[in-house]
Amino acid sequence: MLDTARRIATPEGIELELRLAGPVPRAGAWALDFALRLGILLLASMILGALGGFGAGVFFLLWFFLEWLFPAWCEVNWGGATPGKKALKLVVLHDDGTPVRWPAALARNLLRAIDFLPLFYGIGLIAMLMNRDFKRLGDLAAGTIVAYQEAKPRGFQVPAGAPLAPAVPLTLPEQRAILDFAERAQGLTAERAEELAAIPRELVGAASGPAATERLLRIANYLVGRK
Amino acid sequence: MRQAVFEERYGVDWNRFEQWLDRDERRRKRTADAAVEPANALPDVDVPQAYRHICQHLALARDRQYSPELVDRLNRLALRGHHLLYGARARRGAARSLEFLVGGFPRLVRAERGFVIAAVCLFFGPLAALIAVLQAYPDFIYYLVDPAQLAQYQEMYDPANKRLGMREADDNVKMFGFYIFNNVKIGFQTFATGLAFGLGTLFYLIVNGVVIGAIAGYLTGIGYGTPFWSFVSGHSAFELVAIAISGAAGLRLGAALVAPGGRSRKAALVAAAQPAVRLMYGAAVMFLIAAFVEAFWSPLTAFPPATKYAVGAIAWAVVLGWLALGGRARGA
Repeated sequence: MLDTARRIATPEGIELELRLAGPVPRAGAWALDFALRLGILLLASMILGALGGFGAGVFFLLWFFLEWLFPAWCEVNWGGATPGKKALKLVVLHDDGTPVRWPAALARNLLRAIDFLPLFYGIGLIAMLMNRDFKRLGDLAAGTIVAYQEAKPRGFQVPAGAPLAPAVPLTLPEQRAILDFAERAQGLTAERAEELAAIPRELVGAASGPAATERLLRIANYLVGRK
Repeated sequence: MRQAVFEERYGVDWNRFEQWLDRDERRRKRTADAAVEPANALPDVDVPQAYRHICQHLALARDRQYSPELVDRLNRLALRGHHLLYGARARRGAARSLEFLVGGFPRLVRAERGFVIAAVCLFFGPLAALIAVLQAYPDFIYYLVDPAQLAQYQEMYDPANKRLGMREADDNVKMFGFYIFNNVKIGFQTFATGLAFGLGTLFYLIVNGVVIGAIAGYLTGIGYGTPFWSFVSGHSAFELVAIAISGAAGLRLGAALVAPGGRSRKAALVAAAQPAVRLMYGAAVMFLIAAFVEAFWSPLTAFPPATKYAVGAIAWAVVLGWLALGGRARGA
């Protein structure tokens, strides 16, 4: 199974599944936020530059606000995401999966002051690679995680075929594996697909070669509920 | 129970819950059609119960190995419900924030007095020492501060200036913005680098103490004392104490990592972050006040130095009195 999936226990005694975001999407979100900030500050400097000392004061205040408070404000009041995170469909949550609130949002944003040392979030990156939840130091201290927003149901893209009930009952991970295979079968070479399809002997029986692939695809059709 | 029967029996409930979630989202965004309520809509009071049912169905669906599609759907519904139920907490009103500033923050500072005293010593110690040393050995300054920078300070505090602490061309509002940007950043750095086992905080506290002490000592030594001290007296209480408190917050983080006690380092850090960040709330407000005073009151030369010293003394009395007495129960 995916190692970025994280299960959080709820008071109802069940486990919900979240997918955590790694360094790459988070760096992308940061780059977008940075570009946005730069754009706003450039624009502001053009307008405020005409106002002399007063404009310079407002510019510094704006810079301070955008640098430190705006990200935290977004994470609390704007669906747990700064504009960059929103664009990459990321969301900041508490460790227990609840939406982030002010204390944690401020903690993780103030502590960026150490994560971005010495260069380009070097410490933050090392910290992210050293724990399984991809937390930078700010996340560790604030008790927050960055996860993907729950994706809208995309459904399994299984090529059509006559549905066939599997000969033995399948566990959930097994069902997922077969559906994943069905989704990817078209991207694989025919030989590789046949090789893979031959693995679950109980399902494909004596069939081999293209027949095995076809059989698995038919089972996949059954699993997605086609009649 | 077969999946088809399960879906048939409870699908209606799931749909109603999902519709309620969608409608709630529109209500939050204040979309026009938010008010439209379908006939069989789920009443708000029944939402927690519907959520618990869905949690139960999710557990059943997983246990019975129903299709991944169904499990994913229920997981998604449960997750959205979870966010909504456990995310909604009472908002802190303006009154609560004020209560924190008046009472909660001084109480917190006193509760963390060990770290506060340590930070005060680390910061004010070098500061006072440097002032004293530079009276006896004025040339010592050249080991610490770049001559070009020193010339800048001399220009800023020249007794002939009409305004203190800034160059002739600078504007009050500009300086206000700059002080906020710069000083609060120093505070945040002092705090955040505490995560490096407290070493960063140690560094920033001592370096800031040394630099401030050196400049103060040097300017006093060359006879610029009156303009310098009458400039800094007004805001010094707020600014210096705020730096020390930022340092205390940083040391709190560092101490959790160095000596986590009975917890894991991670758990100790999470536990320490909460009071540390609350210390930073108060420090940030103090920085804000300091920047305001520094930009709009401190540069004025219309008032004699004696008046400005008096204001400075009052500010120190207010800050210390606030931190020592604020939030104590009446009659205690």
